[in-house]
Amino acid sequence: MSVSTRPAALPVRSDVDLMAVREAARTAAAEAGFSLVNQTKLVTAVSELARNAVVHGGGGDVLVEPVQQGTRRGVRLVVSDRGPGIADIDEALTDGHTTGHGLGLGLGGARRLVDDFAIESAPGQGTTVTIAMWATAPGLTPIRPRLTVRS
Amino acid sequence: MDRIPILRLGPVLIVSVQGDLADAIAVALRHDVGDAVSSGGVTGVVLDVSGVAIVDSYLGRVLTEIAADSSLLGASTVVAGIKPAVAITLVEMGLRLDGARTARSLESAMAMLGLDVTLSPAPAVAASESGP
Repeated sequence: MSVSTRPAALPVRSDVDLMAVREAARTAAAEAGFSLVNQTKLVTAVSELARNAVVHGGGGDVLVEPVQQGTRRGVRLVVSDRGPGIADIDEALTDGHTTGHGLGLGLGGARRLVDDFAIESAPGQGTTVTIAMWATAPGLTPIRPRLTVRS
Repeated sequence: MDRIPILRLGPVLIVSVQGDLADAIAVALRHDVGDAVSSGGVTGVVLDVSGVAIVDSYLGRVLTEIAADSSLLGASTVVAGIKPAVAITLVEMGLRLDGARTARSLESAMAMLGLDVTLSPAPAVAASESGP
């Protein structure tokens, strides 16, 4: 028996919505065959990004979708908001940089946890962060993180 | 669930944090622990997180703040039972739980706070060990 996962855009407006996002990411990661460590990393990363969307972006939504590349299975998450956007993305990715009440580890920390990370933002244009993680077969070298920055 | 229960065993508070927490629940816990510590006679706080599958930077910060609050109020904090996957994630994110000591289990956390909770041997074993 297999249940196919359909892409679902989840609204994020509050801390309670973050729980639904974490749950959806966890389910997708488990279905893609991720190890417990990689499930935990992906769920933590999306929690950081979705919280950013709530705190800095005034709310937004999160798209959770299973992806496949050849025989590799993965999960892609797109977190977008229509907030003020980020003027200096490099600075926002720097550890310790914070405009809110956090530790300033959210964006940079999330980037370190996943395989693929891309951020698109500009002042007044909102912010969209796309992350992906791939199930890694035992014995294979983990895929190096890849960073794309567009602004 | 609106509140996480805080148990008291002698001078130690025991908090079992379980499942996925809404931010508001974590903040309420911080306030409740502060109140409980300041009510008097508390020298230690154990935060058992063995039932927590995700610690993001927000929850990590709240745990750190609980340790800092308690320290100012005269009690030391031990975070017990962090899951291996959570530990790996925290290290890769660069998040440290400053100010809180850590222990593998609730039992070793209690020992760190000076409370011996080792179970007494069963009567038959106790008899053979104690000898004549």
